[in-house]
Amino acid sequence: MSTATLEPRVRARRNYLNADYGWKSWLFTLDHKRIALLYMVSVTFFFIIGGSFAVLMRIHLVEPQGLLVQPETYNKLFTLHGVVMIFFFLIPSIPAVLGNFLVPLMVGARDLAFPRLNLLSWYIYIVGGLFTLYSAIAGGVDTGWTFYTPYSSTYSNTQVTAVAIGVFITGFSSILTGLNFIVTIHKMRAPGLTWFRMPLFLWAMYATSIIMVLGTPVLAITVFLLALEHLFHVGIFSPALGGDPLLFQHLFWFYSHPAVYIMILPAMGVVSEIIACFSRKRIFGYKIVAFSSVAIAVLGFLVWGHHMFVTGQSVYAGLIFSMLSFLVAIPSAIKVFNWTSTLYKGSISYEAPMLYALGFIGLFTMGGLTGLFLASLATDVHLNGTYFIVAHFHYIMVGGAVMGYLGGIHFWWPKISGRKYPNMWAGIAAVIIFIGFNLTFFPQFILGYLGMPRRYAFYPAEFQVLNVMSSAGATVLGVGYLIPLIYLIWSMRYGPIAEPNPWGATGLEWTTSSPPPTENFAEIPVVTQEAYAYAPEEAAGD
Amino acid sequence: MTDAEAHAQHAGLAHQFEDLEQQQDSDFLGIWLFLVTEIMFFGGVFAAYAIYRWLYFAAFEGGSHILDVRLGAANTIVLLGSSLTMALSVRSAQTGNRRALVMFLIATMILGGIFLGVKAFEYNQKFVEHVVPSLDWAPEGQTLARLAPGGLDHAQLYFFFYFAMTGLHALHMIIGMGLLLWLVLRARKDAFTPHYFAPVEVVGLYWHFVDIVWIFLFPLLYLIGGRY
Amino acid sequence: MPHPIVPQKTYVIVFLCLIGLTILTTAIAFVDLGPFNTVAALAIAFSKMLLVILFFMGVRHSSGLVRIILVAGFFWLALLIAFTMSDYRTRFWTPAPDSWSITAPPTHP
Repeated sequence: MSTATLEPRVRARRNYLNADYGWKSWLFTLDHKRIALLYMVSVTFFFIIGGSFAVLMRIHLVEPQGLLVQPETYNKLFTLHGVVMIFFFLIPSIPAVLGNFLVPLMVGARDLAFPRLNLLSWYIYIVGGLFTLYSAIAGGVDTGWTFYTPYSSTYSNTQVTAVAIGVFITGFSSILTGLNFIVTIHKMRAPGLTWFRMPLFLWAMYATSIIMVLGTPVLAITVFLLALEHLFHVGIFSPALGGDPLLFQHLFWFYSHPAVYIMILPAMGVVSEIIACFSRKRIFGYKIVAFSSVAIAVLGFLVWGHHMFVTGQSVYAGLIFSMLSFLVAIPSAIKVFNWTSTLYKGSISYEAPMLYALGFIGLFTMGGLTGLFLASLATDVHLNGTYFIVAHFHYIMVGGAVMGYLGGIHFWWPKISGRKYPNMWAGIAAVIIFIGFNLTFFPQFILGYLGMPRRYAFYPAEFQVLNVMSSAGATVLGVGYLIPLIYLIWSMRYGPIAEPNPWGATGLEWTTSSPPPTENFAEIPVVTQEAYAYAPEEAAGD
Repeated sequence: MTDAEAHAQHAGLAHQFEDLEQQQDSDFLGIWLFLVTEIMFFGGVFAAYAIYRWLYFAAFEGGSHILDVRLGAANTIVLLGSSLTMALSVRSAQTGNRRALVMFLIATMILGGIFLGVKAFEYNQKFVEHVVPSLDWAPEGQTLARLAPGGLDHAQLYFFFYFAMTGLHALHMIIGMGLLLWLVLRARKDAFTPHYFAPVEVVGLYWHFVDIVWIFLFPLLYLIGGRY
Repeated sequence: MPHPIVPQKTYVIVFLCLIGLTILTTAIAFVDLGPFNTVAALAIAFSKMLLVILFFMGVRHSSGLVRIILVAGFFWLALLIAFTMSDYRTRFWTPAPDSWSITAPPTHP
């Protein structure tokens, strides 16, 4: 690794990175691969911003009375942490970075169906992000990322309208990405690439895109109506005129629950690719896994009321939502069983992507199982509004989605950058992240069960030990996230040159050079094999 | 392949597509998916409307009776007419009749403009009658008599929906007018042939969708309950 | 979308039907039919929508994929309305036991 700088500088073959130079060639590009990199830089930027808010919160919570900020400021911290992490990191991350890069390659096409819409979606994302950053700088928002009314619509005097506009605008970025993927997968598959020969990552992208297209518009109209109400001091979500605050919650969660499946389905797709490659085995039960992705997308729209069990919603509606919430756990569990069956008797190697994928399986399972406590009406009464919920969703979104994103970045990095990163540091970072993550969030399950409420700037003194543990874990986690940032950037200049298929993986993206040429393939490939045609005796790549 | 097809192939084909048919299929799939997002977008406010109409029917009925039904019905027919001219303009592109294409597109714009003009007049009427939530809410006289039975607060909810829903619809119409203008300019420069007129059809689909939204808005806002 | 060229006459007839339905729905509103006013208005609106979708938007000739997408869109909207409405419709179903009256003391141990 360290001797790479002494190797003679070989003139790289023409690829999408060196095809053109200058800021115009990047900001006006129509190449899906360059747009993916634009997104990668942007989501990393927002991850750092959202992470900074989290760091401030964890420092503050070291003391029972709060160490750092006033309660009003604390409210703004958790609100902006949520808004930035969800809308500007988690939702775009895998789809807009890995999806944009890989979907055309995996279907064997030269680009997505609508390259200009793709670039437009990035610009829309940036404009929405700027609105949100403005709202943060101009005083912040203290309503929680859920913007519940009538506080957000009537009583809060923070930058609700600005952040609502930011979220509204960014929603269209999501919609355009999903639209692009659906059309590309339907219409632009290479000859021989039938639906059931597609890599499961494509099925995951397809299911995610369905949610983006059907759900995001409802969020758009909801924040639009919220902004109107905040601006004109009259509206449909507050009791002043006979409105019902719960209606806001219905409309909000109709999108925001499926949104969590937007965040996790792509990560599941990544995990399927990684598990297959590093077990040298076909995914067990390919069709079931494919259908389960679509099932999650569909069922995910029917459970939103489980966020409203204790708000005054009808008990009978609650019953139905509870039952459906149990149902939606089944396809997720099916995936976990299929991954573990794939591992069984596989030829397993533990490169960094595999470490992230294995971590995903364990942590996602914990997050998912704890969701069942919350789906059950009676236990939710005790656990709702506590740190149990915070721990539950962080296990899925961080232990699941973020690990999936990092695993995907590490798996496809040689393809994206044409370079390899030091596997030892990658492994160390993955382990540090795993340890830091559990140290941060496992104590929060206990805190929640013991009754510590969420979104509070102070807490009873008996909870301090667990809070300090959690904050210590956050420090470890932060260090863990920094390490890949360093070696991945390092590798772009000093990493060993990557061959077209360093992992010996199947999939059309590995048949072209690393990095690919702008047009992806010299000739459009013809597919003759099933997906994951690994021979079990094959040695692991590299 | 005929010369016309070869020309179209060369002229309109984007690099990521293998042939014009794949491109057109993709374009149409794309616009239909976009229209589905619009169904869900408008659908959200329709859902909210449905809830409150069920909760406060008397207030919604009272508010509805303040609207001018004949103006609304006439405007509906104007908009339906614009859908006819839009469909005819697509047909003209399909048959290669450039003059008819431009004529029908302009007719669509004119009818759309009339619709928006009538809407502007109706909005102004709401100010005259002081039934604009937040900005000018002070109903009096016969208006007050009509709204009071259902509750003035709930009536304000009804008018919030009136302005929000018709406002969003009008915004979509204005965008549509812009798209139509773009089509007219391109059509006059011979951009469309019987083998390549997808943009006309795509804008047509959008325009028809906006028409469908009004097809529902008219009865839901103007025709609540029985009248007189 | 390579669909057959529809004769102008067809479009005009559809338009005339749409005008007719508009006049019909307006006229019905002047007759007090109670709850059936709403049913009639919605039924007519649905019919008008179908005419526009099938004829003006060409769905009569379009592929199955487009039809599935359209149906899915409307179905999803129906889900939103139905599930949300189900909360409001059933919110006050839970009967309160009559021994919980705050003025009268409990009559049984």
